[in-house]
Amino acid sequence: MNVSCTVNGRAQVAEGVWEGESLLYMLREHLGLYGSKNACEQGECGSCSVYLGGTLVCACLVLAGQAQGKEIITVEGLARGHGLHAVQDAFVEAGAVQCGFCTPGLVVATHDLLQRIPSPSDAQIREALAGNICRCTGYAKIIDAVNLAAGRSRS
Amino acid sequence: MEFLQPATWSEALAMKAAKPEAVPIAGGTDLMVEINLDHRRPATIIDLTHIKELTEWGMDDGRLRIGAGVTYARIIDELGDRLPGLAMASRTVGSPQIRNRGTVGGNLGTASPAGDAHPPLLATEAIVELASTKGTRQVAANEFFAGPKKNAMRADELIAAFLVEPARGPQQFSKVGTRNAMVIAVCSLALAVDPKRKHVGIGIGSAGPTPIRAAEAETFIQEVLEEHRLWERHVHCEPSALKQFGELVAAAAKPIDDVRGTADYRRHALAVLARRTFRWAWDDYRKSK
Ligand SMILES: Cc1cc2nc3c(=O)[nH]c(=O)nc-3n(C[C@H](O)[C@H](O)[C@H](O)COP(=O)(O)OP(=O)(O)OC[C@H]3O[C@@H](n4cnc5c(N)ncnc54)[C@H](O)[C@@H]3O)c2cc1C
Ligand code: FES
Ligand code: FES
Repeated sequence: MNVSCTVNGRAQVAEGVWEGESLLYMLREHLGLYGSKNACEQGECGSCSVYLGGTLVCACLVLAGQAQGKEIITVEGLARGHGLHAVQDAFVEAGAVQCGFCTPGLVVATHDLLQRIPSPSDAQIREALAGNICRCTGYAKIIDAVNLAAGRSRS
Repeated sequence: MEFLQPATWSEALAMKAAKPEAVPIAGGTDLMVEINLDHRRPATIIDLTHIKELTEWGMDDGRLRIGAGVTYARIIDELGDRLPGLAMASRTVGSPQIRNRGTVGGNLGTASPAGDAHPPLLATEAIVELASTKGTRQVAANEFFAGPKKNAMRADELIAAFLVEPARGPQQFSKVGTRNAMVIAVCSLALAVDPKRKHVGIGIGSAGPTPIRAAEAETFIQEVLEEHRLWERHVHCEPSALKQFGELVAAAAKPIDDVRGTADYRRHALAVLARRTFRWAWDDYRKSK
């Protein structure tokens, strides 16, 4: 089947999508957007986090056809122009990236958090990122990165 | 595989009637895991997320009628004051990504004994509304759960909504797990105090083949409150009565040993949760006088 949707502001048609395919698979294998990562395919790790209709979701748990007519924003769509988004900059500067596999999901989840709560407490950060697993950093630098990004968007 | 996307509720019911083996999908947080891991390969899937009616809620003859497609995130944001117990349970579900997508209708569809929406629905005597092209019927939550991952839904039916009275008194929910997020309950308990009906409702989760209503414990604590006029006097009940209450809740469970915990541990934990949640709720009631 074909799935029409808007991805990162551009109208797209994914052709030849298998009906049982996830939105994550469609983004990566049909639309060539490899930013969203596939690690668990069961909603446990958050590395596939994207916005679907403005809501943060695990792309691996959305059936591709459910995205029909919807607006999707992936990690590739956060930055405006050629630079990085402030959240991405903060992750780089805080050293919150090691292997980087979890990073796209954490960046999107952090983006969502700061839209909802511009100055989150540590508890709010932990709650918001509870569904994003990182096997490298130990999370301390990730929380630093969120605080750094929050501080910058305030000023 | 066939993918159907009805735009209206009546269309969805007609599709289900024509293909009773078709599997509905709402948030996909249960079903997609099964498809991704190749545990299940439905021949036909009916997507319910484009049906507006399922995402609506409102008052209906003194009860809240909440569409099966309302997500946990919306229950927390929009109904936290009217359904505090269900909202507490919803806050413990998965992660923000899961709560943004997962629905109570999907929880009922899966009917896992560990589903976190179930204990509060049992404690508040909620009703599940099932629909088919032949009409709708209402099933008490207590009668909805038929066995491990089995429910009272017939092959041609879909879950339309659940009906529940807005809270008239304090409600609580507690869940035992290894982490504060992203855990399947080792066991869980919901308690609802209704001063108008002088009723205390108790639902327990992850401690038997289905979610369970602890009816004997309910009757016992109601008798204690009545006998000692505790509703009127706004004082605490005797520790010995509370202990017995905890034991009755534990006795209502039919737990097994599994990877998440032993049957003994679950019984012990449920007695603790029962005493604790009752004390919290009763404190709130006493202060509300
Ligand atoms: C990482 C992760 C963490 C989780 N954590 C928790 C947790 O803490 N607590 C908890 O209780 N659950 C948890 N779950 C399980 C899941 O999120 C819940 O059971 C959720 O309520 C399912 O809702 P859904 O809309 O996503 O269901 P779906 O996956 O869309 O559907 C589930 C089942 O219900 C059926 N169904 C859905 N809607 C209807 C309807 N209207 N009529 C008839 N049948 C219907 C489907 O056919 C399917 O069989 C978790 C899942 C994941 C992946
Ligand atoms: S790949 Fe989607 S949550 Fe892990
Ligand atoms: S940086 Fe490697 S998993 Fe997070």
